[in-house]
Amino acid sequence: MAEPLLRVEKLVRRFGGIIATDNVSLDVAAGELHAIIGPNGAGKTTLISQLTGHLEPHSGSVSLAGRDITYLPAYRRCALGLARSFQITSLLLDFTAADNVALAAQAHAGTSFRFFANARKEKGLRDAAHAALDRVGLADRADVVVSRLSHGERRQIELAVALASKPKLLLLDEPMAGLGVTESQRMVKLLQELRKEVSIVLVEHDMPAVFALADRISVLVYGRVIASGDPAAIRQNEDVKRAYLGDQHVVTHHG
Amino acid sequence: MKTFTVSKVVTALMLAGLVLLPLYSHLTGNIFILTLFTRIVILALAAASLNLIMGYGGMTSFGHAAYLGIGGYAVGILAQEGVGSGFIQFPVALAASAIYALVIGALSLRTRGVYFIMITLAFAQMAYYVASGLARYGGDDGLTVYKRSDFSGLVNLGDRVQFYYFCLACLLGVVFLIWRIVNSRFGLVVQGLRSNEQRMQAIGFPAKRYQLVCFVISGTMCGLAGALLANNTDFVSPAVMYWTRSGDLMVMVILGGMGTLFGPVIGAVVFLLLEEFLSQITEYWALIMGPLLLLIVLFGRGGIMGSLGRSGRG
Repeated sequence: MAEPLLRVEKLVRRFGGIIATDNVSLDVAAGELHAIIGPNGAGKTTLISQLTGHLEPHSGSVSLAGRDITYLPAYRRCALGLARSFQITSLLLDFTAADNVALAAQAHAGTSFRFFANARKEKGLRDAAHAALDRVGLADRADVVVSRLSHGERRQIELAVALASKPKLLLLDEPMAGLGVTESQRMVKLLQELRKEVSIVLVEHDMPAVFALADRISVLVYGRVIASGDPAAIRQNEDVKRAYLGDQHVVTHHG
Repeated sequence: MKTFTVSKVVTALMLAGLVLLPLYSHLTGNIFILTLFTRIVILALAAASLNLIMGYGGMTSFGHAAYLGIGGYAVGILAQEGVGSGFIQFPVALAASAIYALVIGALSLRTRGVYFIMITLAFAQMAYYVASGLARYGGDDGLTVYKRSDFSGLVNLGDRVQFYYFCLACLLGVVFLIWRIVNSRFGLVVQGLRSNEQRMQAIGFPAKRYQLVCFVISGTMCGLAGALLANNTDFVSPAVMYWTRSGDLMVMVILGGMGTLFGPVIGAVVFLLLEEFLSQITEYWALIMGPLLLLIVLFGRGGIMGSLGRSGRG
């Protein structure tokens, strides 16, 4: 079997007495869209943070394309081709959409210790930014300051920023969070396009979206992977039904 | 963006005024105003350098006056030891400031927010006490600079008008550099870090490296102001490094408008003219100055430049 693009082995992370990530092992093959689902508090964000380098695991390892990245800082992982979007939109609010995306392109195009030439006039960076914005359908909003954009548009820019760094692997932390029905549908369509170009790890609450998109799904409950497989297998899995979909009914009932 | 805004008109008028000031002073025989404005121009340079880290970089340093002292003492000490050439004094002043900034920055940038403010303040106070302890160079009483920096005929700093224009050229040169820097790749990264450090890390920028370089550039620029200030007063003492002076510089930046190119210059002009004017009226001038500044900062958010910008658009 070929080397997986992302390999997570026996990852453990504790917060005090609570084990938030409990011996998690995952493989993500190149070209795959791998979804991670789980009820609230299952440790999805904790896991993602260890993949991106914002949190260090207590034991276990993470490797990207065969290279151990367990303890690399976030910016180094990014240079190796790991890009992420944030669950809570995290952009440069006082910059334009194009500036936000161009900075991501700049991070991967030579040194940024250049002090004299006007970076906004660098054609390569601007073109890359506009291409990425075009990709997510926001080309006409390029020169708008992000703080004036809608929530849905900001979610799209999150994606454009991640794309602009030309990643091998995209970590998407709940890209549908807070989107309306039509916006969600547009996002699903967009992800369906993107998955042809880049491997994706998707953490998402929106079940219809996950089952429509994923090649493989891993189910996380109390920090442990209780099942991993293709959507049909996950749908049939008794453990998952009991532990997760049961909770989901409670959630939708209250919602 | 080639439109006339009030802030641009005010900036142009101010620059014209600064350039023509020696002429006015010559025609009216008012020498005092030239002396006053030389001081203003030098402190405007210091404020502009502070603005680079505070306004654009989001690093609120409360110890920026340290560089005024370091630049000043470099000139004063070299002069006392018999090295009068400006071609040596000024590079030494800049290099000493850069090294100080590198060390202080490397330590301070491990912290954020209030801790950063306090640690930069602490280091500047340390520099203040070190200078007070330099018995050979006057200690508490300061050090008289008997001869101004000698630029071997290129420019005579002993001449009031030439010295004024030399300072003004330094100020404009520094503002030009800052303008290029903030629009460069480096400048965008630094401003991005001010806006959202986590995001910048996630797209692949190591934050500290950029912030430290910015901190050093800013400190070096302020060291230039220090070297000029020592020449202006023919004297350097620990007092120029005192924390209240760092506070003055911060007020100038906030008053004029943080993160605007000419804001700190306008802030310095307004601050020092107010100080001069009010202190002529009453010896309790600080009682008027304090509330006045408070009102401007509270109600004119974004400082003078910010207020002008709004009225220009509205």
